[in-house]
Amino acid sequence: MELGQHISQRYDQELEDIRNQVLKMGGLVEKQAENAVKALLDRDAELAEEVASTDYKINKMEVEIDDECTRVIARRQPAASDLRLIIAVIKVITDLERIGDEAEKIGVYSIKLAKKKVSNGMHYDLTHLSKLVLAMLHDSLDAFARLDDEQALKIVGKNEIINKEINSLTRLLITHMMEDTRNIKNALRINWCARSLERIGDHSRNISEYVVFLAKGKDIRHTDIDTIRAEYNLDDED
Amino acid sequence: MNEILETLPGTTTQSLQSDEPKPEAKTRDEFDVEIDGTVGQPFVDNPKMSSRNCDVFYAEKQAIFDVNVDIGRNEIIAMIGPSGCGKSTYLRVLNRMNDTIPICRTTGTHTLDGEDIYAKDQDPVLLRARVGMVFQKPNPFPKSIYDNVAYGPRLHGLTSNRSELDDLVEASLTKAGLFKEVKDDLQKPGTGLSGGQQQRLCIARAIAVDPEVILMDEPTSALDPIATAIIEELMDDLKESYTIAIVTHSMQQAARVSQRTAYFHLGRLVEVNDTDKVFTNPEHQLTENYITGRFG
Repeated sequence: MELGQHISQRYDQELEDIRNQVLKMGGLVEKQAENAVKALLDRDAELAEEVASTDYKINKMEVEIDDECTRVIARRQPAASDLRLIIAVIKVITDLERIGDEAEKIGVYSIKLAKKKVSNGMHYDLTHLSKLVLAMLHDSLDAFARLDDEQALKIVGKNEIINKEINSLTRLLITHMMEDTRNIKNALRINWCARSLERIGDHSRNISEYVVFLAKGKDIRHTDIDTIRAEYNLDDED
Repeated sequence: MNEILETLPGTTTQSLQSDEPKPEAKTRDEFDVEIDGTVGQPFVDNPKMSSRNCDVFYAEKQAIFDVNVDIGRNEIIAMIGPSGCGKSTYLRVLNRMNDTIPICRTTGTHTLDGEDIYAKDQDPVLLRARVGMVFQKPNPFPKSIYDNVAYGPRLHGLTSNRSELDDLVEASLTKAGLFKEVKDDLQKPGTGLSGGQQQRLCIARAIAVDPEVILMDEPTSALDPIATAIIEELMDDLKESYTIAIVTHSMQQAARVSQRTAYFHLGRLVEVNDTDKVFTNPEHQLTENYITGRFG
């Protein structure tokens, strides 16, 4: 599918503008998530502070894009792929805004974690998980930018890996807490961060689902992964 | 002027278009996608009307190519497509209105309740009583409102006395949503009504002979939005008792009123699907191009 080639060039321009704004918002959200993770792992209080205080920009963009979409619906009555684009955008930016909120939360916890002298390296346990989640976010935004439903479908399957990772992380944190009860406070903070990362993964999955809706007109939300795999002949390795 | 504007905060005089050269607009040819039969679901169970292998020629020129479609009972089917795509021509096949054009020739099988409407013993006048038609421009006869509606029943001898005819006229006008507005003016000329009222008068005239199918050829394109909304509301009521096929240039109208939508392109029936599907996720690229306003 392509966005352009309307008889009305201004309509093309309006849709293109909306899409560009979403990509810009996606870029900012991705940066926020990366910085939040970096601040957490590097115990960088300053960066964490910056993340926590930048979220307002994302919120502002969400409102602006929402406004623009409302205007296009009112003035153009989009249909078919144009309609799906607008609907998908409205949903994507909601998830992006929430990812921004999770990044902000990680930022706030990271400020506290960075200030503690002792943290006996517990936060390193998040390294693998955060890599997975950031890659998932990046790929889903990439799939949206290129309207690539095949890539989007692959991302949908990745949620399982993240869930497994969270389970083993929880076990690890429990061990830390049992070893020394003084670890509990920080272990809980790490756990909240893991929780936020998991949510970012969930939102990325949602974005990928909207990409499939946008490209194929099929709603694959709340469909279990085996059904999706069977329908789209996906390999199990993902 | 521009200098003044540029001094104001938050304004820009730069054009909205980017500086990069626009890609050349696609020509019509590049949009021409292969049409290989009709996609979607042109056929229904137990159809009210049905056409198979329909070709229509105006003298040597072929206007419609191999149209195969069913019209379901008590449904509103919308026919959309660019000008000259054959949608009106096809509509006129359904009550043999094309017979009135000497150079026009129709082939294929066309049935109403399974009965061949082009059979030799089929009387077109009787057929048109069963398959009524409403046109783009309201065309009331230069007669009173009463006589406009009573014309068909008198012609076909549907009533035996004056009071029966009175009742039928009132019932038809009521169904067409016009009776309240004209009940004291039944003897005034129909041409004195407003455009929207005239169109409803024509609908009343069409339903007075108790048709089974009503064909509407752009019934609201000469009307304002309020009159259009009233007619659309009326269509929704009428579909309880009649089957309606509507040709419209307004895609929003097709989306609002119909249950199924048929897209015609250059004399071919490209796609027939549920209206919901056509307007959210059409199957054929040409349908997509047309309803999203991407026509060259």
